[in-house]
Amino acid sequence: MTDRDDGKDRQPGRPSSAQMGSLEHAEHEARAGVVAGRARLGMFGVQGPGDTSGYGGLQLPAYVPPAATRPYGGWFDEVSDELAAAMREREIPAAAIQQVTVDRGEITYYVRREYLLALCRILRDDPALRFELCSSISGVDYGPEVPQRLHVVYHLTSMTYRRRIRLEVALDVDDAHVPSVVEVYPTADWHERETWDMFGVIFDGHPALTRILMPDDWEGHPQRKDYPLGGIPVEYKGAEIPPPDQRRAYS
Amino acid sequence: MAARKDEHSGPAHTVASGTTDTTGDGYRGADPYAATERETTEGRIYTVTGGDWDSLLDDWRHDERIIVNMGPQHPSTHGVLRLVLELEGEVVTQARSVIGYLHTGIEKNCEYRTWTQGVTFVTRADYLSPLFNETAYCLATEKLLGITAPWRAQVIRVLLMELNRVGSHLVALATGGMELGALTAMTAGFREREEVLHLLEFLTGLRMNHAFIRPGGVAQDLPEGYEERVRDFLAVMDSRLGDYDKLLTGQPIWKQRLRDVAYLPLDGCLQLGVTGPILRAAGLEWDLRKVEPYCGYQEYEFDVPTSTDADAYARYLLRLEEIHQSLRIVAQCLDKLEPGPVMVDNPKIAWPAQLTIGADGMGNSLEHVRKIMGQSMEALIHHFKLVTEGFAVPPGQVYVPVESPRGELGYHLVSDGGTRPLRVHVRDPSFVNLQSMPAMCEGGLVADVIAAVASIDPVMGGVDR
Repeated sequence: MTDRDDGKDRQPGRPSSAQMGSLEHAEHEARAGVVAGRARLGMFGVQGPGDTSGYGGLQLPAYVPPAATRPYGGWFDEVSDELAAAMREREIPAAAIQQVTVDRGEITYYVRREYLLALCRILRDDPALRFELCSSISGVDYGPEVPQRLHVVYHLTSMTYRRRIRLEVALDVDDAHVPSVVEVYPTADWHERETWDMFGVIFDGHPALTRILMPDDWEGHPQRKDYPLGGIPVEYKGAEIPPPDQRRAYS
Repeated sequence: MAARKDEHSGPAHTVASGTTDTTGDGYRGADPYAATERETTEGRIYTVTGGDWDSLLDDWRHDERIIVNMGPQHPSTHGVLRLVLELEGEVVTQARSVIGYLHTGIEKNCEYRTWTQGVTFVTRADYLSPLFNETAYCLATEKLLGITAPWRAQVIRVLLMELNRVGSHLVALATGGMELGALTAMTAGFREREEVLHLLEFLTGLRMNHAFIRPGGVAQDLPEGYEERVRDFLAVMDSRLGDYDKLLTGQPIWKQRLRDVAYLPLDGCLQLGVTGPILRAAGLEWDLRKVEPYCGYQEYEFDVPTSTDADAYARYLLRLEEIHQSLRIVAQCLDKLEPGPVMVDNPKIAWPAQLTIGADGMGNSLEHVRKIMGQSMEALIHHFKLVTEGFAVPPGQVYVPVESPRGELGYHLVSDGGTRPLRVHVRDPSFVNLQSMPAMCEGGLVADVIAAVASIDPVMGGVDR
């Protein structure tokens, strides 16, 4: 795979996280790029000399959600304008929002965690925004090889204007701290506990951040990608079938 | 007497032990219950008195703090829900719910299966509304793929979902009634729900956990004679639903147990993220079928019942009314079903084989097997690839909510471009609504906790996933 290192040539505008050095990573993060996917090598899940598929040199760079450009379309512009105005009013720097992505009719604001709580307060209270309902908070783990692999995703609903937006915070796994939004959205209590339980994201300021689904003394965070899907090999009609996480992967 | 605070880990019936030895310290010298005796010509006579009740209460009222552990195995906690209640006498001063006893790792498991296989997992999350889970998951997958299911498939989805809503609300009434001691409500509710399950079995092949709705459409078309069966069902339900009014709606005991119990006003609902009948009982007409129509709900005529009482009785009435409205939609579905495909016309996504009934049960149609085994090598490869590897979904993420019987059921799916989901998150309404239990219970009587939990109608399969 080393002799055909041409992933950049295929998609010149999109840096692949798999090919970046640490310096490039730092720059990438400073630019607020968000990696949301893992790079792929080959196909059919076969690696090494056993790979006779002819696809061993195939390299697919990690998916980087493209930043949207104005106009976003529909009410997205209105919400973004109102949000920007409210942020100016409360002296929140525009850099609090790393990136805006519009994909499949949904708008995502990639947010810096320092400003998350202030942004949530604006989004809930500003009369032109009014996102009263926090529908869901959950985590996404993009896997060990992705920079800032842990993402916390907030789905907010405006019942007044019938709109939905998504806030996303990307975190390093070594520094998985994010401010709790319980004081703005009390419903976040259990959502954040579940995200802590499953992904190990620490919500600073949460009233009682304890495990909720797993037992209190459980070790590890089950929905991280490097946590195996348990299970024992199944013997069926004399053949042994490995546990699901050790079976051949096609993707 | 010192405040007692011992948490029992056993089932609820051991709790009474918290009060047994409380008379020990304060009354050892002068036991108010001690019998006095005097001698008469008839023999010795004992007079048993209760002592001064007020002085007893003064001593007990503020100190009698008991922590009751209720569940996870308890007939009134609506499944494996564990409630930890701090009581002062009969009054609940603090209520906490402990969940996780039914955590099965559905979200994690989905990451190790193809997108189609994921349906089989999510249908088991909220097991009383499996078809809503399937629909929401499939709508999200379809949104990621950028496809839309054909119209007939959408009508079938609506038909199945509304039948499912009827069944789910009937279970809510039945188990809620049982927990409050109204056993006739239980037998009647489960009898009607059995009708729903029979019909769903006829339509999809299974009573529960159908895995009938698939990304791109539904697994197969409805069986012959479905229209007659559904119309029979509607007639049966129309004849029986009135019984609930006769049995429960005007019944004094039912009203006294539910009226002004488990009160949660609108601002509390919004802060706690509560949706569904609880939110509508607080006065907000928020039904995703109306405000964000999916599956063509804008084509159907139905009403969204609301109330401003915000108590358990209002929620009971709303559920009953929603059953009527669902039956209205089911009747409209029958008129809207036009012949047509039930799966997208895209061989890269649609399941390659058609299912038929053979001598050994349901399976791939003989015609298809003959073609792939005898005639077309390419068709065999295609079948093999699609069934074992699955289809790839372009990278990105979506959040798709539907209105389940319990509120907003949302699926947040993330794809990294592979043939398996990178993340499946279920925003289950039971999980969120259950958070409102302390707000409804604290300050009330312990008996009302049961009514409150029943009116939330949490399904632990969905809460714990």
